[in-house]
Amino acid sequence: MSSQATTAEGEAPQFYELVPHHHAPHGSTQIGFWIYLMSDCLIFASLFAIYGVLGGNFAAGPSPEHLFNLQLVAVSTGALLLSSITYGFAMLDMDEGKKTGTLVWLVITGLLGAVFLGLTLYEFYHMIHEGAVPQRSAFLSAFFVLVGTHALHVTFGILWLVTLLVQISAKGLVPANKIRVQCLSMFWHFLDVIWIGVFTVVYLMGMLR
Amino acid sequence: MTNEFWSFIFGRLTWDVLPIHEPILVVTFIVVVLGGLAVVGALTYFKLWSYLWKEWFTSVDHKKIGIMYMVLGLVMLLRGFADALMMRLQQAIAFNGYEGYLNAHHYDQLFSVHGVIMIFFVAMPLITGFMNYVVPLQIGARDVSFPFLNNFSFWMTAGGAVLVMMSLFIGEFAQTGWLAFPPLSGIEHSPASGVDYYIWALQVAGVGTTLSGVNLIATIIKMRAPGMSLMKMPVFTWTSLCTNVLIVASFPILTAVLTLLALDRYVGTNFFTADFGGSPMMYINLIWIWGHPEVYILILPCFGIFSEVASTFSGKRLFGYTSMVYATVVITVLSYLVWLHHFFTMGSGASVNSFFGITTMIISIPTGAKIFNWLFTMYKGRIRFELPMMWLIAFMLTFTIGGMTGVLLAVPPADFVLHNSLFLVAHFHNVIIGGVLFGIFAGINYWWPKAFGYKLNTYWGKISFWLWNVGFWLAFGPLYVLGLMGVTRRLRTFDDPSLQIWFIIAGIGALVIAAGIAAMLVQFGVSIFGKNKEWDTTGDPWNGRTLEWATSSPPPQYNFAFTPIIHDNDAWADMKARHAQRPTKDFMEIHMPRNTGTGVVLAGLSVVLGFALIWYMWWLAILSFVALIGAAIIHTFNYDRDYYIPVEAIADVENERTRLLSGAR
Amino acid sequence: MSRFAKLLLVPLAAPLLAGCNAVVMAPAGDVAVQQRDLIIIATVLMLLIIIPVMVLVVLFARRYRQGNNAKYEPNWDHSTQLELVIWSAPLAIIICLGAVTWVSTHLLDPYRELGRLGPDRPVVAEVEPLEVEVVALDWKWMFIYPQYDIATVNELVAPVDRPISFKLTASTVMNSFYIPAMAGQIYAMPGMQTRLHGVINEPGTYKGIAAHYSGHGFSGMHFETKGVSDREFEAWVAEVRNSPDMLSRQRYLEVEKPSEHVPVMHFAGVESGLYTAIVNMCVERDKMCVSEMMSIDEQGGLGHAGVNNLAPELYGGGEKNRSPFGPQKTYVAAICSTDEAIAMTAKLPAIKAPDAAPLVGKGLIRPEMVAHSNAPALDWLAGKLAFNQNTSADAL
Repeated sequence: MSSQATTAEGEAPQFYELVPHHHAPHGSTQIGFWIYLMSDCLIFASLFAIYGVLGGNFAAGPSPEHLFNLQLVAVSTGALLLSSITYGFAMLDMDEGKKTGTLVWLVITGLLGAVFLGLTLYEFYHMIHEGAVPQRSAFLSAFFVLVGTHALHVTFGILWLVTLLVQISAKGLVPANKIRVQCLSMFWHFLDVIWIGVFTVVYLMGMLR
Repeated sequence: MTNEFWSFIFGRLTWDVLPIHEPILVVTFIVVVLGGLAVVGALTYFKLWSYLWKEWFTSVDHKKIGIMYMVLGLVMLLRGFADALMMRLQQAIAFNGYEGYLNAHHYDQLFSVHGVIMIFFVAMPLITGFMNYVVPLQIGARDVSFPFLNNFSFWMTAGGAVLVMMSLFIGEFAQTGWLAFPPLSGIEHSPASGVDYYIWALQVAGVGTTLSGVNLIATIIKMRAPGMSLMKMPVFTWTSLCTNVLIVASFPILTAVLTLLALDRYVGTNFFTADFGGSPMMYINLIWIWGHPEVYILILPCFGIFSEVASTFSGKRLFGYTSMVYATVVITVLSYLVWLHHFFTMGSGASVNSFFGITTMIISIPTGAKIFNWLFTMYKGRIRFELPMMWLIAFMLTFTIGGMTGVLLAVPPADFVLHNSLFLVAHFHNVIIGGVLFGIFAGINYWWPKAFGYKLNTYWGKISFWLWNVGFWLAFGPLYVLGLMGVTRRLRTFDDPSLQIWFIIAGIGALVIAAGIAAMLVQFGVSIFGKNKEWDTTGDPWNGRTLEWATSSPPPQYNFAFTPIIHDNDAWADMKARHAQRPTKDFMEIHMPRNTGTGVVLAGLSVVLGFALIWYMWWLAILSFVALIGAAIIHTFNYDRDYYIPVEAIADVENERTRLLSGAR
Repeated sequence: MSRFAKLLLVPLAAPLLAGCNAVVMAPAGDVAVQQRDLIIIATVLMLLIIIPVMVLVVLFARRYRQGNNAKYEPNWDHSTQLELVIWSAPLAIIICLGAVTWVSTHLLDPYRELGRLGPDRPVVAEVEPLEVEVVALDWKWMFIYPQYDIATVNELVAPVDRPISFKLTASTVMNSFYIPAMAGQIYAMPGMQTRLHGVINEPGTYKGIAAHYSGHGFSGMHFETKGVSDREFEAWVAEVRNSPDMLSRQRYLEVEKPSEHVPVMHFAGVESGLYTAIVNMCVERDKMCVSEMMSIDEQGGLGHAGVNNLAPELYGGGEKNRSPFGPQKTYVAAICSTDEAIAMTAKLPAIKAPDAAPLVGKGLIRPEMVAHSNAPALDWLAGKLAFNQNTSADAL
C-alpha cells in the first residue's frame, strides 16, 4: 500500500501523541447540532410531501382560497424574518463580549417570535371557529400539522431562548453559554428557512393556484 | 360519579385489559414475576444496586453503554424468539379444521410483536452496541462526541423495549403486522391499545436511535486520531458512518409518519383514512422510505464486522479497501431509491415498477463486490478457523442465497407471485439471520475478549454455530418451498394437509435454533463463570489489525493514555510491524465526562408519558410531559459535567499493563 | 464445509421434491406460467455467479487454512484486473436481468389486456373477455359478473381459455387478490380500483387467497376458483340466476358486515351501479361519492358551505371506535337535489379575491385568479345536478 511507502524505513515515525493537542471544549457540538437539524429537516420534508400529496383533497370542503389571509401571513412572516436579523445582532454583540447587548437583542428576538406564534395561533383559532377543523379534510389535516409543527418548533425555540436568558444572566458569556447561543442561532435560522418553504408552498401557491 | 373519577384517573385502563383469561399469558406472567423477583432479590442480597446505578446505569462511558445495548438486545432476542417458537408450533398443528392453541387475537399479536422486537429491540440495539463499543476505540478516541446524549439514547431505546414488554401483560399489542398499515391500524379497525403501544414504543426508541446516530456521525467526523484520514478509517468505522447517516436520514421519516398515524387515531385527522381525502398509500410509501434504509442500517455494520474478521483471521490486509468503501457508500445512497419494491403489487404501473426493480438489482452489484472482496481477502491468506471466521464462512454461503432470492423478488412479475408469501418470509430471514445475526455472532466472539479480557468458550461456541446453521436451513428451507406452493404469510390455520409436513420440518428447525441459542447462553455462562478462562493479557488476542487491539483488554476508562498517530489503514498492524513503542511514562491528566442520572430520568419520564397516552390518562400525560421538559431544562443548568483523571491514577493503570505485557511476552 | 453445500441444496431441490404441489412452479394459467418461467430464468442467470462464488468460498477456505502451507502474501491487497472483474461480473448479470425485467414487467403488467392465451395462441378478437368485479370484504371475497348480472361470494367460476378482466376494490382495509394458479396478485384497496388480467388454461379447481393480512378473520378468507368449459359455465350462470338472493345496496351492506369462514353465496341479480358505488364508497345513498368529491375538489372545493355538509356517521363502528379528541364521527353528505345545493351555496359568503399585486413582478403575467368566487365550482355543480335529475336514480 502506498501509505507505507510514504514513511521511509529510515525515519522513525511517531506512533503516539506524547503532547496532547488541544481539543476545543465543544469541538463537536456545532456539527452535531447541525446533523440534528438535518434530521429535523427531514421531518419537515415528510410533512411537505404529505401536504404536496394531500393538499388538494378538500373533501368537498373549503380550500386555501377560502381560508387564508395573506396580509396576516405577511405580517407574521415579517416578524419571523426580522427575528432572524435581531438574532444576528445578538450574535455580533456576543462575539464582542457585550453581555447586556446580547441579552437585549435576544429578548427582542424572543418577542418577535412570540408575535409570530400569536399570529399563527390566531389564524388557527379563526379557522377552527369557522369550522375548518383539521378533521374536516386531508388538506386541513396536512395544513394544520405542517404549520403546527413549525409553530411547535418556534415554541420550543422561545422556551430555549428564555432558559438561555436566565443562564447568560447568571453565568455570563462563558464558553458553554456561547456554544448554546450559537446552536439556538442555527435552530432559529433553520426555522426561518422552513417557514419560507411553508409560506411559499402553503400560502402563496395555495392562493395563486 | 366515582366511575367518572376512576376513568379520569386511569383513562381506559380497567381490570378487563389484564389478560387473566389467557392461560399462556398468565403462566408467562408468573414466570416473569418469579424471575424478576429472583433477579431483584439477588441484586439486593449481593448489594449490587448502588454498583449498577453508579457504574452502569448512569455511566457515560461508551464501552459500558455499548455493553448495556448488547445485554438489552440479547434479552429481547429471547422474547422475540419465544414468539417465533409459538408461531411455528401453531402453524405446525393447526390443520384439518383444528384451530391450534392460539386464537386469532393472540396469534395476530405474536407475528406483529415478533417483527417489531426483532428489528427494533434486537437487531438495532445489538448493532448500536457494537458501534458504540468499537468505533471510538477504532478511531483512537476517548469517548463519543456527546457522552451524556449516548447514555440518554440508550435509555430511550430501553424505554421503548419496556413499553413493548408492558403490552404483554397490560392490554395488548398491535394486531396489524410489524408496519401497522392503515386503514387496519386506524382507530376504526384497531380501537384497542395495541397500535398505541406500537406507536409510542417506536417513538420513544426512535428518539434514542436518531440521537445516537447524530452522536456517532459527529464522533467519526470530529474525533479521529491524528493521521486518520477518511480513507484510513477501518472498514467497520466506515460502515458505521454510513449506517448512522442512514439512521439520521431515515428515522425522522418514521417519526413523522408515526406521529401522523397517532394524530389520526387520537385527534381524528385524515392523513391515512380512506375517507375525507386521506391516503393509506401515502403511509405505505413513507414507512417504506424509512423501512428500506432500515434494512441497510442493520446489514452495513455487519458487513463491517465481517471485513474486520476476514482480514484479521486471514492474517492479511483487506482486499480492495477502496472498492469496499465505495461499495458501502453506493449502497447507502441506493438504499433510498428502492422502497417501492415492497409493494409492486399496488398497481403503480409497469415503468415505475421496472425502475424500482432495476435499482434494487443494482444494489446487488456493490454487495456482490463486497462478497468478492472478502473472498480475495482469504485468497493467499493464512486462515485461522476461530469462531468469528466460521461465522464469516457461514455468512458468505447463506447470505448469497438470501441475496439471490432477494434479487428474484425484485423482478416485478416474479414478485407478483411471491409477494406476501412464505417465500418472502424465508428471503428476509435468510438475509437478516444469515447476514445481520451471523454478523452479530461473529462480532460477539471477536470483540468479547476486548470487552472482558478473556475469550469465549470455543467448544460451546462451535456447538451453537452448527445448531444455528442446521436449524436455520431446517426452519427456512421449508418456507421457501411453501412459498412456491402459494402459501401466504401470517396465516393461522390451514386446510391443505399436504402442507403440514413442511411446517413440521420448519418447527423442528426452530427447535434446533432454540438449542443453538441455549448453547450460546451456555457458552456465555461457561466463559464467565468457568474456572479455565482463556485470559487475554496482551489486549491483542487475535493478532488484530485495528486500533482497538492496541489498548488493554478490557480497555481503561480513557481508552488510550496517549492518543495514537495513524500512518496506515491497518493502524495497529502497521504499529506492530514497525515495532512502535508504547510510552510508559510522562503521563498527563485526562479530561473525561462525569456520569449522570439525567438520561435515566428523562427516559423514565418518556415511558410514563407513552404509557399515559396509550391508556388515555391525560392528566398523567400532561404532568409527565411538563416534568420531561422541566428535567431537561434543569439538566442544562448543570455546568459541572467533566473532571480530570489525575496522573497517578493513569500511571497505576498503565504500569499494571506494562507488567502484564512483559509477563506475557 | 461440504456439509454446508449439501444443506444449501435443500431449498433448491425441494421444489422438485414437492412436485406438482408447488402451484407457483406448475400453474394452470398462461400469465402465471410466464411468471414461473421468469423465476427460472432469473434464478439461472444469478446462479451463474452465485455457484462460482460459493465454490470459491469453500475452495479458498480449505486451501488457505492455517497449516496447509499454501502461498501466503499478507500484504497483497489490490489488483486492478481483479477489481474490474468483481465489479463487472455482477454488473453484466444485472444488465441482462435488468433487460429481462424491463421487458417482462411491461409484458406482464397486470393492467395490460391479455395478448395471448398461451404460447402461439393469440387472443381472438371476437372473444369477449370475462369481466369480474372483485370486492375484498371483511373477511370474504365478492365477485360481481356485470355481463351476466350475477354475483357470488367466495366462489369464482370462469370458462377456460377465456381472458378474464378483473376490476378490484375493497370495502374497509387493504387486501391482496391472488389465485396462484392463474396469475400474480394485486392489491385491493378501499376507495380505489386496481386491475388484473389473467386466464385459466386448464379445467380444475384452484385455490384463491387473500395474500395481504387484513385482520381477525384473515386466515379463513379464501375461495375456490373453478376453471370450467363454456357449457358448464353457462349452466353455472343459470344456476346462480335461479338462486333466491338478490344483491341490492341494502343486501350488500348486510353482507359487507365483518364475518368469518363465510360459505359460498349466490346472487341472482345485482343492483345497477353497485360496484361503482362500492369503489366510490357511497353505497349508502346519502354519502357523497369519492368521484364526485374529487371533481368538486378539482374545482376548488365547496368553500365554507362545505364545512357544514356533514352527516353523523350511522354505519360501521359508529361512536364506539372514535378518536378520543376527534369530533363526532361524520361523513360528507351527498348533494341530492338542486334545491339543496342552492340552499347550501346561498350560505356561501362572497369571497374577496386576494390582492396579488404585490406578489407579481414586473413582466410577469398576472395569474388567473381562481378565487374570484366559487362560480366555477357552482356552475359545474349545477350542471352535474341537472344531469343527475335527468337520469334514473339507479344509474347513479
